[in-house]
Amino acid sequence: MIAIIDYGLGNVLAFANMYRRMAVPVSIARTAEELTDATKLILPGVGAFDYAMESFRRSGMYDVAVERVTKDKVPVLGICVGMQMLAGGSEEGSAPGLNWVPGMVRKLDTTHFTQRTQLPHMGWNDVHPKQSSPLFAGLEKDARFYFLHSYYFDCQDQADVLATAEYGSRFACAVNHENVYGVQFHPEKSHDFGARLLKNFADI
Amino acid sequence: MLRPRIIPCLLVRDKGLVKTVKFSSDKYVGDPINAVRIFNEKEVDELIVVDIDATTKGLGPDLKMIERLAAECRMPFCYGGGVKTVEQAQAIISLGVEKVALSSALVEDPSLASRIADKLGRQSVVSVLDVKKKRFSSRYEVWTHNATRNTHLNPVELAPLLQQHGVGEIVINSIDHDGVMKGYDLGIVEQIRDVTTVPLSVLGGAGSVADIGELIKKFGIIGAGAGSLFVFKGSYKAVLINYPTLADREALVRAAHLRSA
Repeated sequence: MIAIIDYGLGNVLAFANMYRRMAVPVSIARTAEELTDATKLILPGVGAFDYAMESFRRSGMYDVAVERVTKDKVPVLGICVGMQMLAGGSEEGSAPGLNWVPGMVRKLDTTHFTQRTQLPHMGWNDVHPKQSSPLFAGLEKDARFYFLHSYYFDCQDQADVLATAEYGSRFACAVNHENVYGVQFHPEKSHDFGARLLKNFADI
Repeated sequence: MLRPRIIPCLLVRDKGLVKTVKFSSDKYVGDPINAVRIFNEKEVDELIVVDIDATTKGLGPDLKMIERLAAECRMPFCYGGGVKTVEQAQAIISLGVEKVALSSALVEDPSLASRIADKLGRQSVVSVLDVKKKRFSSRYEVWTHNATRNTHLNPVELAPLLQQHGVGEIVINSIDHDGVMKGYDLGIVEQIRDVTTVPLSVLGGAGSVADIGELIKKFGIIGAGAGSLFVFKGSYKAVLINYPTLADREALVRAAHLRSA
């Protein structure tokens, strides 16, 4: 059973609805007990980095989630700010991150932009998987996803970069380190492309 | 390559969907949930829903309705209407909404944007400016409360101030062009584009896909919003929810010769 961690931020219901439509068993977790028998975790997130970390810490699920991911090696997928939380920290705030994927979250560099529209990076953009990963099965070509962010995941080890997108410069929009996955875009709001990616995560 | 966004904008009144002309004479066009389902099938880029009674009747956002819409939406969803406080914005985002749109509350107090952005991040704070050209002048003014109150503020001065306070997107909504379907007011968009860098979306006046094409050609990465165009069909304005196909949208982007950043 996939547990979607509901710590008060993010599109919990949108994930649940998408999985239910695909007949994938899913639960919405609001207590630590509900994480204990999960076989996979989804960590959503919308908002500022510090506020998201603080909300997660206060949710009562933080310690069990850390144990499930780092000790039991349960696969976890962080989405948007949920992905950024996987890093050691973020330029957006001062709170420490989960540090499950080595790297730091930095502001997108717009100094060389020629267009007026700069940040946030908002809208549908092409996603280029860098390596064959089960997460991007069937999405190797022409995949596009919805982005809404100003900060990106700067991986310490380039081998952890699963996919890139381009906005001014090329940046990692999907990362993977051991059992930890993260995507910067919103699969739950990216129509069939997103459904495919979420199904792929369920099948990992 | 980042693409321009083509955005249906739905207006809610008394739990039903309506479409207005110049902010009045609204016509009932259907059930919001049903409309969202149809837009899901059409794979729209993004959706804006505005509750046009919430502020004028002094009501807060209808969280039950927003939750139902957000759960149904398979595309990014922006909600506006009656949002006055950080707490309301937080409550809305926690229901699975990507962006919260504010109009009168931000016009009255632009610093509210920074307080919301501290919690939600700038990317989720949207300012809607309802603009109207001053009579016998080239100047525009910002109106609120469904175009019943003139703030006498100049949108070209207000927009950069809002950006400075942490707004992540500005929606320019032309009162004179609303529901008229004769094309966007490109002049005011250009003036605001010149003084801001956040993503802009434009609303009011789109009568055809060609109007959207013209906007994209001129501004590149921009949000092209429309109400009437996506809910009516034909000269008698029969209600029929529609949206350009992916191939049609790609053709618009190609015609505009966009480059990434």
